Amino acid sequence: MTVHFKQDEPVNSNRLDGMKQGVLGKPLPRIEGLAKVTGTASYAAEFPVENCAEGVLVTATITRGEVTSIDRESVLSMPGVIAVIDDEKLCTRAAQGTANEAPMQGPSQVCYWGQPIALVVAETFEQARDAAKHLAVEYRKEEGAPLDPSEVEPEEQEDETVHQGDLAHAMADAAHSVDVTYTTKGHASAAMEPHAAIAQWDGDKLTVHASLQMLNYNITELADALDMKEENIRLISRFVGGGFGSKLGISEEVVAAALAAKEVGRPVRVVQSRQQVFQTVMRRSETTQRLRLAADSDGKLIGFGHEALVSNLPGETFAEPVLQSSHFMYGGENRELMLNVARIHRMTAGSVRAPGEAVGMPALEGAMDVLAAKAGIDPVELRLRNIPEKDPEDGLPFSSHKLAECLKQGAEAFGWDKDQRKPRQRREGEWWIGTGMASAARVHNISEAKARVTLKTDGTALVETDMTDIGTGTYTILAQIAGEMLGLDPKRVLVELGDTRHPRGPGSGGSWGAASIGSAVYVACKAIREELATRIGTSEDKLELSEGKTATGESLTDLLEGKDLAREGHYEPGDIEDDYTASGFGAFFAEVRVNHYTGETRVERMLGAFGFGRVLNAKTARSQCIGGITWSIGVALTEALEFDPRDGHLVNCDLAEYHVPVHRDVPDLDVVLVEERDGAASPIQAKGIGELGMCGGAAAIANAIYNACGARLYDYPMTPDRVLAVMPD
Amino acid sequence: MADTITVNETAYPTPDDPRVSLLDFLRQHIGLTGTKKGCDHGQCGACTVIVNGVRINSCLTLAAMHDGDSVTTIEGLGTPDEPSALQRAFLEHDGFQCGYCTPGQICSATAMLEEIAADWPSDASENLEGRIAISGEEIRERMSGNLCRCGAYANIVAAIEEVAAGGRS
Repeated sequence: MTVHFKQDEPVNSNRLDGMKQGVLGKPLPRIEGLAKVTGTASYAAEFPVENCAEGVLVTATITRGEVTSIDRESVLSMPGVIAVIDDEKLCTRAAQGTANEAPMQGPSQVCYWGQPIALVVAETFEQARDAAKHLAVEYRKEEGAPLDPSEVEPEEQEDETVHQGDLAHAMADAAHSVDVTYTTKGHASAAMEPHAAIAQWDGDKLTVHASLQMLNYNITELADALDMKEENIRLISRFVGGGFGSKLGISEEVVAAALAAKEVGRPVRVVQSRQQVFQTVMRRSETTQRLRLAADSDGKLIGFGHEALVSNLPGETFAEPVLQSSHFMYGGENRELMLNVARIHRMTAGSVRAPGEAVGMPALEGAMDVLAAKAGIDPVELRLRNIPEKDPEDGLPFSSHKLAECLKQGAEAFGWDKDQRKPRQRREGEWWIGTGMASAARVHNISEAKARVTLKTDGTALVETDMTDIGTGTYTILAQIAGEMLGLDPKRVLVELGDTRHPRGPGSGGSWGAASIGSAVYVACKAIREELATRIGTSEDKLELSEGKTATGESLTDLLEGKDLAREGHYEPGDIEDDYTASGFGAFFAEVRVNHYTGETRVERMLGAFGFGRVLNAKTARSQCIGGITWSIGVALTEALEFDPRDGHLVNCDLAEYHVPVHRDVPDLDVVLVEERDGAASPIQAKGIGELGMCGGAAAIANAIYNACGARLYDYPMTPDRVLAVMPD
Repeated sequence: MADTITVNETAYPTPDDPRVSLLDFLRQHIGLTGTKKGCDHGQCGACTVIVNGVRINSCLTLAAMHDGDSVTTIEGLGTPDEPSALQRAFLEHDGFQCGYCTPGQICSATAMLEEIAADWPSDASENLEGRIAISGEEIRERMSGNLCRCGAYANIVAAIEEVAAGGRS
């Protein structure tokens, strides 16, 4: 039986706080953790499949043009080689998140350097790899493909444009004004598990073990790509070795494995090499952002401007949503916002952790620091003075707003010294030491979701959905929600995820997973509680369950009368999405040391205070936050995709040349969880936390660099050469 | 007699194809998929295993070169029923998220603590000679070859520090 709940109003009943099991929010270790630490958790490429052939992708070595011939004979005589697949159904790009349709297909048309054009299948990986290198390919090149975003006429994203009042006039009248341009380089998700798939056919039924974030969309995308019915496809992703947006949509290896398995009549595994993952999946676009802030003598904003230029391939709808939180972050009645996209032939741009705010907030919060210094106002105080009472553009109320609390609690916990705002106050040997801060914001997303909960006669519960756990903690928080509602120790709740045979969840992406699927589990459990209450002649709101018993001592097992009790919860966001502006908020504080002679920056300590609704598990929530803060360090100091200006190919396409933070780059990190209940965000009053932790953190580091040594930089990442170039004598 | 590699105390013949890396041998030939392939170029550390007591990147060495060697993988350090002290500490401190780099982190940390105990100096050490004291900086420096993109570093260091201090035994 399915129970549907469409949310049109806030849910402020705080039901979860009234439950008796007392496990929700507790810092429980992950229920799948033992499998992960002992190496017994199986990821996509690791399922034992009999007679599995190995496929290796071949990628284009031109920027734009046509594949005129592929000489199969050049490799078919090599040992172990079984087939060369260059089917026009092969995908040449990964699908964008929530695309729900096949990505670009047709490998004979090349749109970027590194695009997949064929798959070589052999008995072993070594044979396939060797053959893939030797496959003779001829091209007809099209010269003149645009590669530099600043050299093409950009397309305006009109949905993002805001002209309100007269910003130019406000800038001229302002007591304090800032007009600065920031740049950010491209970023890679660089999830540790490379994209992988094993495809098997049984007649016209296809099963694919894959590493994907959103099976509910991915099954539709794969069916569309292969021109087959969804009911004939089963996708399995029980463990996903990191996603960060790169596995939102199906990528090239999934379709290639399926086509190859069909052609060779046996299972085929395709694992992308690390270099291929970098070059074929998704990049975060580089950005150029102009910030204009106009403030009165008290530092209150009267004008706000944020214009950004990003890029993508022709034919892609995704445009890095740089301005997403700028629309509501601070007041200022005179506003100019505009997002432009340049069409260039670099690899596909798409979602990388916190698309939009990950780069928009570091620019905005850098500019706010410039304003604070100009106006002589403490940066924390400047932000407190500019928190709007309602959305400054559409006038909607905020569902909840914890920025002020985060700023205050964060400053207190960090030991923020507002009297040390002048640069160059502390020096130890070669090192300047300073502190900086920034606000955090990440829009709240929520999605339709379904989950089935079964209360079993053996006194356990089963939760089933095709939702994924990409390291976020889904397994554990769903066991906690079900355990809380049904009065069970979470150890007695089995959670089955990542299989399209289960009800469709929301998928993991945009930080919407926990709130969406958690609400579906909540709806299902509430329906089970209603049935149990009926059986003992009470009402659901009076039913008290803990440790498998009712308040009057009846066991759940007895109430079931020998029959499992199952309900499917179907959560759907309704009018609530249009009635409020909903966002997570937070504040970052960082202490850095900057070497006067080399320009090297080391982060000494960092703290984040975050308000994101109900905390479902204090341990996994904190881990999401420290993960985000760690990404902030990468954005601030090291991460940059570098493209060859001659052919647009990604030069630093591996983990030696693309510098993600390593152990020694990351100090102890402090996290303050600012608890709140946001009933307009979701029925379980939770928002997302997977991305908020990196939305602005890079600016806290940039601002600390300025405070430490007086070098004001406007280009991320702030590598030693860039710091040194503006280091005062 | 055929060449053999001993993995977690079981002997296996080395593969016929000399191109097979130790990593692919473990994962594809003998089914020990706990050791992970993250980059295949020695850049991420996900494939770290312990060979004759020393940690190495198993993707950077060929299986055929390990005749007579003894390899310990994550499966050999502990099991779900009997996890090692580090495995328990990683679980308790949430020293992982997606779990893909985790076997490499744990194998690496297991051997790394032995390196400190044997007074091998690192860039973070005060001196090249003499006793090496365990510290957060020593651990961070020595673990920097094991990348974690989820960003669990702070928790990983906390887990290792606890075991180094004699915890979770």
